[in-house]
Amino acid sequence: MIIIGEKISIIAKKVREAMLSRAPEPIQELAESQRRAGAHFIDVNIGPAEDKGDDLMRWMVESIQEKVQAPLCLDTTNPVALEAGLKAHNNQWGRALINSTSNEPERFVMLELAAKYNAQVIGLTLGKGGIPADAEERCEIAAEIMARAAEYGVPLEDIYLDPLVLQIATSQDHAAKVIDAVKMFQEINDPPMKTVVGLSNISNGCPKAIRPILNKYYFILLMNVGLTAAIADPREMAEAMQERQLVEDVMAGKEIDDVKKMMEIKKTLDVIMNKTLYAHSYLEM
Amino acid sequence: MSYVIPKETYSGNVLSLEFGKAPKSVKIGGENTLPFLSFEGSIPNKPVIAYEIQDITPDDWPDTVKAQYAFCSDNPVKWAQHCQNKLKAQAISLRLIGTHPDRGDRSAGDVAKIVKDVLSAVDVPLIILGSNHIEKDASVLVAAAEAASGYNCIIGKAQEGNYKTVVAAALAHKHKLIAMSELDINLAKQLNILITQMGFDKERLLTDPMCSALGYGLEYTYSVMERIRLAAIMQNDVTMQPPIVGDVGMYVWKVKETFASESDVSQWGSIEERGVAWEAVTAIAMLIAGTNLLIMRHPKAVETVRKTIEELV
Repeated sequence: MIIIGEKISIIAKKVREAMLSRAPEPIQELAESQRRAGAHFIDVNIGPAEDKGDDLMRWMVESIQEKVQAPLCLDTTNPVALEAGLKAHNNQWGRALINSTSNEPERFVMLELAAKYNAQVIGLTLGKGGIPADAEERCEIAAEIMARAAEYGVPLEDIYLDPLVLQIATSQDHAAKVIDAVKMFQEINDPPMKTVVGLSNISNGCPKAIRPILNKYYFILLMNVGLTAAIADPREMAEAMQERQLVEDVMAGKEIDDVKKMMEIKKTLDVIMNKTLYAHSYLEM
Repeated sequence: MSYVIPKETYSGNVLSLEFGKAPKSVKIGGENTLPFLSFEGSIPNKPVIAYEIQDITPDDWPDTVKAQYAFCSDNPVKWAQHCQNKLKAQAISLRLIGTHPDRGDRSAGDVAKIVKDVLSAVDVPLIILGSNHIEKDASVLVAAAEAASGYNCIIGKAQEGNYKTVVAAALAHKHKLIAMSELDINLAKQLNILITQMGFDKERLLTDPMCSALGYGLEYTYSVMERIRLAAIMQNDVTMQPPIVGDVGMYVWKVKETFASESDVSQWGSIEERGVAWEAVTAIAMLIAGTNLLIMRHPKAVETVRKTIEELV
């Protein structure tokens, strides 16, 4: 399992302020702590970065790789910023990962850049039609992305298909559809396609206390169907690895000693698989 | 070989709830099958329609509905008596719209008197609604619940922003309670959980997932209601088993199809027929999605829906 540390994101206030003032320390600290917790890649999300995005991405890549010997996942919709990041990226620690191309025409340029800089690329199965309705539609979009990658000269083994995790609080039925999509993505090519998810979006909008619970058990279910990589909090994922056996036991119908934990696992799996309706207080019912 | 109808078996049921005082009290809910699928389970109580009346003369209703109550709508007591005696209402829903800060801002003290007067003038069950103003409803519904103490009314609506106060009032005066959320099934469930966590019995609760009129989001309401019923019946989700309320009239009689004049849109036909049809069709869609209690305005629409219920059950 490849973990892509998610913490360096413009959405976080501390990170945003550090980006704007070009203060490297908070960003470097986040990169180092994620690396220590087991992250293989560090995600660098600078958002649309319309104003001097190239300067910002270059500075981010250099600042992070000065301290951390890891490849980066370059996360922006701005191709100019992305190219600046790819130029600055030190491939000595591994090839960069582009986040992301999709089936939207304005994102095709990401494939061109992947080919030009020998980078890997995430293919988000999102098209002009908006949110895909089910696993099958996600596969149709995946096939189009794969065909386009071939046109641009990006080998299929350099593509990570991303089924687009949605919030369980508002789109509960998609949680199980994404699991199906991860299974199906692997079947549309031999050797199987690589897969990745933006994991924590599953619990976006949920109360703080239950977010790690949903993230961890969702991660285990995805791992069980062969997920290759997750953009996630590496500390949470390390905990998930430790709890994996417990979850397996509960799924197999075994009783486990920690009753509270057992109920937490059962209720969470039922919510993820859409067997009970989600509510913020679902663990209290 | 004779044909055998395939049947589903369900694990859950809708909770039944009785409101008002004997002998005129009314029971709703209790079914253990999806709406009107009586061949797969039992439906002990038919859906009920409550006539909506208001504490002030409605100035925002289309003339076609206003005319139905022109002789009594200046006085909630007369209006209630008309609904009970002439229209044979099974229940009455008193909306205290005059308490809204933009509609007269009536005090809680005024409310108590109106509620008491209406309750002593009729014997059919009463639903008491605020003006859907979160802050004001908190004080209005407390006064109304106290004034109606002992009458086993339904009060509402408790929403995320005021439920603690409203639930406490319903608890103290032993009323039933409508919990309302805005077209979000997960928040509907969450509100029911929060209310029952305050010690309010789920058997005394009704859910209003928010209504909408035909052509103006009806499909969203329909889908949320349908999913609430599926959770209650097929997944046996106890938090989703209270009966459902469809507050139809207030959403229907403000859409242009119910008030655009015949001279402006001659191709739309009779204004009255059109409005009645709009309310009836919206209400019937709610019934098919799982509504147990409808709140409606036009007597002809009520009659149409009542007949439909008789035919379907």
